[in-house]
Amino acid sequence: MTAVELDGIWKRFPGVIANAGASLTVAPGSVHAVLGENGAGKTTLMNVLAGVYRPDEGTVRLDGVEQSFSKPADAIAAGVGMVYQEFRLIPTFTVTENVALGSAPAVLSKSSMEKQVGELAERFGLHTEPGREVWQLSMGERQRVEILKALWRNAQVLILDEPTAVLTPNEAAELGRITATMAAEGRSIIFISHKLDEVKTFCDEATVLRGGKTVASSLSVDDLDAGRMAELMVGEATAVSQRRVRTTVVGERVLDVDNIIVHDIHGRAVVNDVSLVVGRGEIVGIAGVAGNGQRPLADAIAGLRQASTGTVSVTHTDITGMDARTRNSHGLAYVPEDRIGVGLAPRMNAIDNAIMRNYRTLGDGPLIDFGQAESRAASLIERYNIKVGRVDQPLAGLSGGNLQRLLVGRELDDEPVVLIAAQPTRGLDVQGVKAIQDILVEQATDGVGILLISEDLEELFALSDRLLVMHEGAVVGEFDPDTATRQEVGAAMAGAHASEGSAH
Amino acid sequence: MIIAGILGDLQVLLTDTGMWVNLLEFGILLYLAALGEVIAEKAGVLNLGVEGMMAVGALTGYWAGIQTGSPWAAAVIAALAVAIFAMVHGVVSVVMGADQVVSGLALTILGLGLAAFLGTDLVSQPSGAKFSDLSLGALGDIPGVGPTLFSMDGMGWVALALGFITWFVLNRTRVGLNLRAVGESAATADAAGTPVVATRLVAVAIGGAFAGLAGAYLTLKVTPSWNESIVGGLGWIAVALVIFGAWRPGRVLIGALLFGGLIAVGPRFQTRRCNGDEITDCITTEINPIVVSMLPYALTIAVLVLLSIRSRNRPSVAPAAIGQAYRREER
Repeated sequence: MTAVELDGIWKRFPGVIANAGASLTVAPGSVHAVLGENGAGKTTLMNVLAGVYRPDEGTVRLDGVEQSFSKPADAIAAGVGMVYQEFRLIPTFTVTENVALGSAPAVLSKSSMEKQVGELAERFGLHTEPGREVWQLSMGERQRVEILKALWRNAQVLILDEPTAVLTPNEAAELGRITATMAAEGRSIIFISHKLDEVKTFCDEATVLRGGKTVASSLSVDDLDAGRMAELMVGEATAVSQRRVRTTVVGERVLDVDNIIVHDIHGRAVVNDVSLVVGRGEIVGIAGVAGNGQRPLADAIAGLRQASTGTVSVTHTDITGMDARTRNSHGLAYVPEDRIGVGLAPRMNAIDNAIMRNYRTLGDGPLIDFGQAESRAASLIERYNIKVGRVDQPLAGLSGGNLQRLLVGRELDDEPVVLIAAQPTRGLDVQGVKAIQDILVEQATDGVGILLISEDLEELFALSDRLLVMHEGAVVGEFDPDTATRQEVGAAMAGAHASEGSAH
Repeated sequence: MIIAGILGDLQVLLTDTGMWVNLLEFGILLYLAALGEVIAEKAGVLNLGVEGMMAVGALTGYWAGIQTGSPWAAAVIAALAVAIFAMVHGVVSVVMGADQVVSGLALTILGLGLAAFLGTDLVSQPSGAKFSDLSLGALGDIPGVGPTLFSMDGMGWVALALGFITWFVLNRTRVGLNLRAVGESAATADAAGTPVVATRLVAVAIGGAFAGLAGAYLTLKVTPSWNESIVGGLGWIAVALVIFGAWRPGRVLIGALLFGGLIAVGPRFQTRRCNGDEITDCITTEINPIVVSMLPYALTIAVLVLLSIRSRNRPSVAPAAIGQAYRREER
């Protein structure tokens, strides 16, 4: 007997085949990993199971019974719950209202519903406060509300789409306990991931997708190792991130950040007295769970956000009072975390985006020389191997990797001395990640000082010369990637050092 | 001297029973229209057609009053007529997904024009039905509230009842939970199995019915006559009132009475001004009534500013999906 059976699923979108005969079999009472690169068709396949997409071909069976879902509500009714990466909660609703939405009694009794939600949460070890509004909750708590939503509808199959991406290591471990509790009750959990360690810890079996097809189904996780997993996912035995061999000697300081404090509108210090230096040719990594001040720090250095106190200098020139453009002209380049929106304007074309930083140097006075602009764009496209259909079309249709290469290329076009790169490889596929990492290493070799902010520990360990950890706005630890362990860094990310009181 | 003058004026106004009666009438009218708009906006549909819907309601109510002789029958007919009229906005903005602002403004222009055109013959006709004040026996003898609150007509009590029902349904029932979810995040509500388009259409229809009642109340009670400019901006005040009341039926009631008071007071700065020979029981302060009639909007802007200061980090009190057409992301 199988809890879930997806067989020969085809799903085509205009210009893309997302699933090309993919299959998946999940046993009842198990935690099943679905692995694959970005674009391998994992999310599409899960959306077929969750009733969001109708497959062009193929069958969906639950407990051996064939299903035909025409909308998500059908899948929910059949016992399939899905927790998306972007939570689908209503911030102004309470936990209880969010959980009960769609299956509430005709007349709501606040107290009895909150009691029921509290009891359900307790049964599965999901700590939550039923009466609080969701906007007040942390990411981990919000995820628990999403899981509660599914359990409230008595989901027998729960799909978790990259659930640990927003969690601290502790919260991730807790999620592992929760999925184990659910599995022990006979429910099936499908765990989408590309992190080997958590797949090995949390899951029983794994199915690997590549190019919309299933390339390995229901492997025991004990048979998986990093090399085999990468081979299955990418199709060739490429090594996971290789530790960079430094070829340059770290030179003079190019970036000096002294005692920066950034307040949010409530007067809370979101960056709390951070000082750091980056030398010529050095890559300084900043690790931390999302939302611990990395973004306001990067924005404050780049001039997109006002620091309350502290100074920022680039090659010993104080740039603290300058706006973003002037900082840029002093050799500071910034690849922001939001590559679409902050970094690039998706409705504008490749030329406009390519010259956004230095259009003032093209042409005379108020006029832009678009001939020059076009050749500037063309040289970026060639140098960074960016695949754009036409340079005068909006960027919107480009893949993440191409967008990021355009953004990074533009920022490097004026030969900066310092590059702030925030989450530069997030959401890219393996080739895309490698291309960006190669560019970063090449730039460091050429003497650019790089501040690399990332949530990907492997990337930080592979690329950084030094590794700083941020927690609650402060730098709580510095590590040498050659000698430090993942556990030490993970503990610092979770605030272990801060709680000892040494870093405040 | 000045303070004594202002206090004196205040006393003149507050002891003016006619002012209180007008305050209640305009308060009831604004409350009905704004409640309807609360329902539509809570479902995520901004309807800027209130002014036009009220014009249609006012005309239909007046006409039906002449035909039936019953203010209640006339009010119900007006409510139904405007519920149907509001479906223009429902179909264009909810079903077809056109811009809600443009569609709502078009509804206002259409409603004003339609009422003016269809009502040409009614301008000279006398009123056929009028809401009469309800006598609540001994309660009517209480000084102050007796001749005002406890003597108001049945529509006043209906408005209060609708206010309570609206609050209860929105906050204490599954239907209300679903409706609010549709207005906060249509995709989330859809995923939870709530029919988004149907919910929004019903909300727009109810909003229209309430605006129809408000319009009918205007020509069946407040100013029992018909002319094409009779609504005169009351619909816009109702739209502002929704924001002023932060989309809450209770607060909207307070705002309706406050705005109703301003409308009632405004003309009195002119009609009851002291003129030389008369020096008692008249108003000494010189304020242009136009300034008073701007106050509802000024107060609404003040509330918007206060709300934005308070809510920088927390979600806005406005329904998050307001103004957004919803189309299921089926690819």
